[in-house]
Amino acid sequence: MNGILSAYLEELGGMALLTGSTFRQSLKRPFERQLWLEQFFQLGVRSLTITNVTLLFTGMVLAIQTAYSLSAFGGKPFVGDIISLSVVRELGPVLTALMVAGRVGAGITAELGSMAVTEQVDALRALAASPVKKLVVPRVGALVVVLPMLTILADTIGVFGGLVMAMTELGQSRDYYMNHVLSALRVQDIASGVGKSFFFALLIGIIACYNGLKATGGADGVGKATTNTVVVASISIIISDFFLTKIFILL
Amino acid sequence: MSDPFIRYVDLVKSFGTKAVLRGVNLDVEQGETLVVLGGSGSGKSVLIRHTIGLHRPDGGQVWVDGTEITGLDEDDLIETRKKVGMLFQAGALFDSMTVYDNVAFALHEHTDWQEEKVRERVREVLALVELDEVEELMPSDLSGGMRKRVALARAVVLAPRAVLYDEPTTGLDPIIANTINELIRSLQKRLGITSIVVTHDIHSAFAVGDRIAFLHDGVIRFHGTTAEARETKEPLLRNFLQGGGYV
Repeated sequence: MNGILSAYLEELGGMALLTGSTFRQSLKRPFERQLWLEQFFQLGVRSLTITNVTLLFTGMVLAIQTAYSLSAFGGKPFVGDIISLSVVRELGPVLTALMVAGRVGAGITAELGSMAVTEQVDALRALAASPVKKLVVPRVGALVVVLPMLTILADTIGVFGGLVMAMTELGQSRDYYMNHVLSALRVQDIASGVGKSFFFALLIGIIACYNGLKATGGADGVGKATTNTVVVASISIIISDFFLTKIFILL
Repeated sequence: MSDPFIRYVDLVKSFGTKAVLRGVNLDVEQGETLVVLGGSGSGKSVLIRHTIGLHRPDGGQVWVDGTEITGLDEDDLIETRKKVGMLFQAGALFDSMTVYDNVAFALHEHTDWQEEKVRERVREVLALVELDEVEELMPSDLSGGMRKRVALARAVVLAPRAVLYDEPTTGLDPIIANTINELIRSLQKRLGITSIVVTHDIHSAFAVGDRIAFLHDGVIRFHGTTAEARETKEPLLRNFLQGGGYV
């Protein structure tokens, strides 16, 4: 029991230290523009399909489900309100983060993990370069910039998915649905959703990089580290979402 | 005699409950090639990795060129790391970069040279390891021996004063292993580089070494010239050398 607790605290401490040195290194010159651009493309552009498809279908299914369950109370007109609020406040940021944790988080851990077990990370240090600056900063930085953008786009697609169902299945007009969507949404809703995604990006990036850099023991170790990243990042997103929601409601 | 270039004092290191180094004392003189000989798992790689701060010792000191580097953080280790190059066991080339970018990495990182000058220096060190027309290849396109040579070129590109070799001949066929041995020798002669070669390949040890240190169970059991090593009465080292047919 003691061993498990100390191992857990060691992990937590390691991640906190990595977060600290990531911030410090991100302020140091030179700014690695080329590495950042690569990561924007790799982490952002290439995640578009998975996040948008997820939210498109979530928006569609949400429209059908709410219409079905609300029709007993005559609540069908409010499909637009419910979809826009639940997608923008919760489903957009959380599902996008979960998808990115699976795709990008796993990818980062696998890449950095292979570098660690083949001594490439040590080689960087031996050549007097900082692995945090060269590997962690561009990845975490790109995630923090890109995940909110992916979230905003996915929100839009989710609301669009609802629109398609509202028009085809529920017989609503486009303007009717959109009026409900826009009148329900407040700036705070958008801000809290996007605000969460900044935090999720940091979580995914740090967990993935930390697991990758400390991977040992060949292909087996990299596999375990990758699985660990997806599990820990996903759980952290779900749990922190609860507390973030509380905080944003208080604000 | 001048001060030793690299000095390990009572170096102690464990991983978890496993004690790997139990008080290593060793001096490496300027310009010599010291071979650290020992069986697998004897801690010889761990020892040289301390030289550039890749590991932090639990006790004892490491001195490089008159500076104690034991407590230094990553930023303060930069100067030492520029002075001491390292050849990793499997080469550890960055596999997302071309050969050229691998070799030029340290130059891009630590000099503000024009690309023309960088290119010239890269060609020069690649020629030193007898390679040409490989600059645009990726590490995955290279054979094991070529990869080691590119890694060696990368390790010497900043003109370091010492080079650490971690098992330079492991996994290579005897002919290529010989070429690597000759390269280590000629680099030492031509550039006057201080070298530490960690190996369990006895043939390579006698081919490149001026002196031999035998590491067993985390302590140095013998050190002396290669000639003295052949005459040694140290039973463990004798046993080791007999295995390779050297006594």
